[in-house]
Amino acid sequence: MIDHTALLALPPYGLAAEQKQAFLTSELAALCTHHAQHCAPYAAMLAATGTQPNALTAVAQVPPLPVRLFKEYALSSVPPEALHKTMTSSGTTGQQVSRIFLDVETATLQSKVLAKTMESILGGARLPMIILDTAAVIKNRSMFSARGAGILGFSMFGRDKFYAMDEAMQLDIDGLKTFLAKHEGEPIFLFGFTYMVWQHFVQALLRQGVTLSIPQGTLLHGGGWKKLAAEAVSHDVFRDTLQKVCGVPRILDYYGMVEQTGTIYVECEHGHLHTPVWADVLIRRAKDFSLAAVGETGLIEVVSVLPRSYPGHALLTEDEGRLLGEDDCPCGRKGKYFEVLGRVQRAEVRGCSDTYEQHR
Amino acid sequence: MTNSEKYHNAFVTALEVTPAQAPDLVYGKSNAWDSVGHMTLIAALEDAFDIMMEMDDIIDLSSFEKGKEILRKYDVEI
Repeated sequence: MIDHTALLALPPYGLAAEQKQAFLTSELAALCTHHAQHCAPYAAMLAATGTQPNALTAVAQVPPLPVRLFKEYALSSVPPEALHKTMTSSGTTGQQVSRIFLDVETATLQSKVLAKTMESILGGARLPMIILDTAAVIKNRSMFSARGAGILGFSMFGRDKFYAMDEAMQLDIDGLKTFLAKHEGEPIFLFGFTYMVWQHFVQALLRQGVTLSIPQGTLLHGGGWKKLAAEAVSHDVFRDTLQKVCGVPRILDYYGMVEQTGTIYVECEHGHLHTPVWADVLIRRAKDFSLAAVGETGLIEVVSVLPRSYPGHALLTEDEGRLLGEDDCPCGRKGKYFEVLGRVQRAEVRGCSDTYEQHR
Repeated sequence: MTNSEKYHNAFVTALEVTPAQAPDLVYGKSNAWDSVGHMTLIAALEDAFDIMMEMDDIIDLSSFEKGKEILRKYDVEI
């Protein structure tokens, strides 16, 4: 496997298809071998599919594990004493959660790759940051799950952090105004989960007839659209309303999951989700798992070269999406770009914003 | 307060440990210094020395000793 320094030196969106596929194929082959040696159930699955890591010539030949397997089995490639932390997914009550086992190496790699990706979006400096959520989500360890981990992971890119909601998820408008006055004229980073942003920020401002001015803001949000789709809130409505109530010029959605923490797919200024150099997205037809054509809807497979402590380098999600193109987005970024269409029918509900249940 | 005292205090306050425990701490090896404690610690160090650390340094600050080495980059001698 490639060493960390070389991995981190890669330009996040700089490799064109041929080079990127060669890099990913060789890394994935090494990861298949590594996990087969250290995780017996994984070795059995590779053998069952007849996969020879040394013979891999394309990313698509790596058999993706269904994400659901991480709920049913403890899949780890490190001995228990080397475990650093176990991440759990944001399943709703009553659902089984995924368990992802991290050692220090993989956890560090995740943070560093996330930092490189974010640096290309926000620039190198850490910006004053508004977190559109409650601090209780990280203080209360019983609530601490993917939602808390997401907030913490991204808060590394901020400074002078301000949590905009109280424990009851009430927006602190006075606190926000004070924070904005203090940082007037500066670029500001805002982060939140899509549904929380809509429900507890946009709606609260609308209800109270307050408009804010954040002319140099970048809002990054993620965690799923299902709840908003159920309320018939489209991407355009979300964006337009947000701009009306707080004037944030740059609103970027991202796609990512706890099973591949550190790997995120961020939207560009043209509304396309982009695959960074450390990761890839493949769209597979649900009927036979063959590769779908550009523009054709299918199941999203996510590939990442980061997972070393657990066999999560190629995963079949329960999300549907469409590939939009490769290397030719008008924004200039290389790599594939795609869109997420939602959860497949009858799949369980998950996602940081979609599993949020309001207590009244 | 000397830099060494400020540094030690930041660990004790942010990670809620005793002064005797602080020098042996390693990130991820105790409940006190987990990812939540880490961001609190970074904020405490930045406040104590009036600095703003780079992302890579935040990620690399993984032990009491390593932190001293990193702070040197910001002209803080512990």
